Amino acid sequence: MLLKRVIPCLDVKDGRVVKGVRFVDLTDEGDPPELAKRYAEAGADEICFLDITAAPEGRGTLLDIVERTASQVFVPLSVGGGVRSAQDMRDVLRAGADKVAVNTAAVDDPDLVKSCARRFGNQCVVISVDARAVPGQTGRWEVVVQGGRKPTGLDAIEWIDRCVENGAGEVLLTSIDRDGTQEGFDIELLRIVTERVRVPVIASGGAGTPADMIAAVTEGNADAVLAASIFHRDIHSIDAVKADMAAAGVPVRLGGGNA
Amino acid sequence: MTEPIRVAVVDYGAGNLVSIRNALRQLGADVSVAETPGQLKGAEVILVPGVGASEAAMGRLRRQGLVEPIVERVRAGTWFVGICLGLQLLFETSHEDGAQMLGLLDGDVEVIPGAPSLPHIGWNRLEIQQQHPVLEGLADGTPAYFVHSYVPVPADPAAVVAETEHGGRFASLVAVDRILGFQFHPERSGRDGLRMLQNTLGLIAADRPAPAEVTA
Repeated sequence: MLLKRVIPCLDVKDGRVVKGVRFVDLTDEGDPPELAKRYAEAGADEICFLDITAAPEGRGTLLDIVERTASQVFVPLSVGGGVRSAQDMRDVLRAGADKVAVNTAAVDDPDLVKSCARRFGNQCVVISVDARAVPGQTGRWEVVVQGGRKPTGLDAIEWIDRCVENGAGEVLLTSIDRDGTQEGFDIELLRIVTERVRVPVIASGGAGTPADMIAAVTEGNADAVLAASIFHRDIHSIDAVKADMAAAGVPVRLGGGNA
Repeated sequence: MTEPIRVAVVDYGAGNLVSIRNALRQLGADVSVAETPGQLKGAEVILVPGVGASEAAMGRLRRQGLVEPIVERVRAGTWFVGICLGLQLLFETSHEDGAQMLGLLDGDVEVIPGAPSLPHIGWNRLEIQQQHPVLEGLADGTPAYFVHSYVPVPADPAAVVAETEHGGRFASLVAVDRILGFQFHPERSGRDGLRMLQNTLGLIAADRPAPAEVTA
């Protein structure tokens, strides 16, 4: 039986991790590979880098980070942000990433998921969906892009169905309404999506406590939970979250570590 | 001081070699990449990684002239480590696409029986079927990272060191003499995965011929 994953997400801008990350004894608090390694040692089941560099010339920097991370982190590595084409995806995979998440680019080019899945296999194509509840309409969410700023008019549930049909091997599902609130995941959204698709669904947006992680898995049927700030600010450590999940009967990998 | 183990990682264009090369280097192995038969020379262990379909992989190995040299060297006693697709290629026929493979081990490759979802991606447990030095220091139920849909079905049940359950059960760790096969990715399985690779290098080191005795 597959174990439930806990994934810390690091926002990377111009080669540095942004949003406060706190480890007391780090020599360089903003260096992505060093932080990734630290999280792997704390029991992260996977590391997610989200590149939020606006300028296209920042791409080379990201590849260098992926390469340096893959040389010292021995858990799976997912990379998202700024991947516009199959060629971009190839570069990120060759640098040592295991999976690549596409978001805005998939909305702009509906064939992108299909062509990447054909070329590299479903297992490395993650569709990242930012969903916002449609006001006044229970059970409806709209896909938004560009970090939640731009509405697309797409129904999130139909969009996810389409991407999975096209070969996406995993869904990274972020509730924009909950993102950054630490008020818990959108369980209703998770439940609807996990009932419809056969590929793993990663819950994102709203993690505040270990109880939120447990609810995402037991009530929302998520396969993995992703969080940023509660880990970065050291409010909860990854191994403590996993110990709580295990105590609640959720199958997780304990005593993991990197090397 | 023992000399580093000389590992030839076979590059036949099936997935990136970055992770496995880095993991072996971190463990002190002398890693080279082999794209041609000549580059297998001097290797104490031939390591075949890989993700993807078997027929395409066999086609690339054939075009690079690697099939015969690998089979001959392994039959002559060179160690072989297969990871994921590299393990599956050890067997005879793949039911994925009918590929005829290396045939170093008896048995075929089939889709995971009764799988609730495919591909099988993520962390799952190794259920130890028999003690083996590669698992030294690791407990029954140790998690490992998987990415695959197909699995080997060894004709000889004694070849199965560990099994894993995903709907049905399948062989996730296979060992026969100097052949080792991981269906999971030890290079992506954290500390436990590195321990298995370290145990593997240790096994190969212990198998080195004793230094020739000086006769008077």
